[in-house]
Amino acid sequence: MNRSKWRNLKRELWSSKLGVAAVILLILFTLGAVFAFLAPNDPNVMNVAERLQSPNGSHWFGTDDYGRDYFARAMYGGRVSLMVGFASMILATGIGTCIGVLSGYFGGRLDNLLMRLLEIFLSIPSFLVLLLLSVYLKPSVGNIIVIIAFLMWMNIARVVRAETMTLKEREYVLYAKASGQGAWGIIWKHIVPNLVPVIIVGATNNVASAIMMESSLSFLGFGVQPPNATWGSMLNNAQGFIAQAPYLAIFPGVLILLTVLSFNVLGDILRVGLEPRLTKR
Amino acid sequence: MRQLIVKRLAQTIPMLFFVSIVCFAMIKLAPGDPVMSFVTPNMHAEDIERIRHSLGLDQPAYVQYVQWLKQLLSGNLGYSLINHQPVLDQIIDRLPATAGLMACAIGLAVILAIPLGLVAGANRNRWSDKLINLVTYIGISVPLFWLAILLIYLFAIKLHWLPSMGMRTIGVNSAADVLKHGILPCFVLAFGFLAVYVRYIRSSTIGQLREEYVLIQKAFGSSRYTILFRHVLKHVLLPIITLLGMSMGDLVTGAIVTETVFTWPGIGSLGMTAVRGMDYPVLMGITLFSSVLLILGNLLADIAYSFADPRIKTMR
Repeated sequence: MNRSKWRNLKRELWSSKLGVAAVILLILFTLGAVFAFLAPNDPNVMNVAERLQSPNGSHWFGTDDYGRDYFARAMYGGRVSLMVGFASMILATGIGTCIGVLSGYFGGRLDNLLMRLLEIFLSIPSFLVLLLLSVYLKPSVGNIIVIIAFLMWMNIARVVRAETMTLKEREYVLYAKASGQGAWGIIWKHIVPNLVPVIIVGATNNVASAIMMESSLSFLGFGVQPPNATWGSMLNNAQGFIAQAPYLAIFPGVLILLTVLSFNVLGDILRVGLEPRLTKR
Repeated sequence: MRQLIVKRLAQTIPMLFFVSIVCFAMIKLAPGDPVMSFVTPNMHAEDIERIRHSLGLDQPAYVQYVQWLKQLLSGNLGYSLINHQPVLDQIIDRLPATAGLMACAIGLAVILAIPLGLVAGANRNRWSDKLINLVTYIGISVPLFWLAILLIYLFAIKLHWLPSMGMRTIGVNSAADVLKHGILPCFVLAFGFLAVYVRYIRSSTIGQLREEYVLIQKAFGSSRYTILFRHVLKHVLLPIITLLGMSMGDLVTGAIVTETVFTWPGIGSLGMTAVRGMDYPVLMGITLFSSVLLILGNLLADIAYSFADPRIKTMR
């Protein structure tokens, strides 16, 4: 990635109020997730005497039906949601990049095979599969990360393949080939570094969809299991108390919305900043 | 044209084959021995083996697969483990509720998305575009189940305007009642589709406004809105065809969460019941059904698109 691209990106980011807000929010949420242990209360300690309290001075987000501090639960919930989001993104990006580069660089039969595989993955309704696999396998955090990643690598593979196909026709790659450099050397030295912009854009959007998938799954009760909180499972629980304690539904929902929104906004800004030629504006 | 259709049809065959293998594996890998549901405590081991043989379960997996596929093609998707009803009947039974809800949601989304997308695209980077942009960002980022909960709180619990769950009031059997129950789930689903549609229409409007015919119309003195709603609209409708085809794949899965929140008696909530009860044949049936819809939807979208825009043919 060269300097002009960075400059471009910085300009795009600072010129967009939404973008600045997204970056600030994401930094805040990440800090909240990392330092969740600093929360004033334990997220899993029950206190029936204090159940269903509205937000107040000692419980900023109130308490849930077991009297647990909702602010602490939201912080720990964010930790799980963000971790699932980032980990699935890294795994999916890795798989997608490998398949995309192989397919795009070597072409021919391998390309054909991998692209058919990709189409097959696209032809299976992903949320249904997510639900099924979490029933067949045990719904642990690790399993959920792997399953989500396996349902998400296709978009990255597609853009990486397309980009690799144009990169390999560039003159410097042809020179490298002519000077006798091997295929793997060319891929590592000349192709992959130039793929970074498309990968970053795809990865950012993937975090958003992974977080959304995890919360839907947890909302339905098939994600991370109690007593551990995630934003999705908190909403599942809140549904039963909506009439008495609507704030239980409001906080986790706003947190999911803001996180996913920030990643989506950031993804678009990165796209404009890093790949101006792909974006018609 | 015919060549393209044949080629696309040929491409769907391996996909359908793969989907069928996945579905077969779902049944085979399901925990528990299916023979056990026929066994009573006082049966001998030979009896059990005889049942196993009569069910064909002692055959190698590929023979079982062929048998299963034959059954499938004759419309037998097996029986539910819970209520022992044929799976296909249950799906057909629930289909109208889901299809009706989805048709309303997609229809509403398209009707709203066309003017919003055109206005946003034509007023790029002005306040109306920014406002519409923010709404679409929220649309793609909001968890629909959360939106559903909030709407239930507002319209059912606080205002008592609309019912919060189900499709009918018990004892009432009128279309108006079903419509009233459908408003909230339909709106929630439409909001999700709307955001995606608006973004597509906006970006293709921006592309279209650079075309020469727009310049020519301007030179002839056509007003901005004539150009937009008469000429650009025609070209912008194209990508919508593709979007509609792709939405077919969401018919079942897109409705799972929303139907669950509203206890709407469609295929989505049938699926959730099956997941909770580990009803593998029903799960298999729903997976098969929604995969086939997804594949057919994409196929139809491609074919419709190539009819609408013959240039596509040469591009493939």
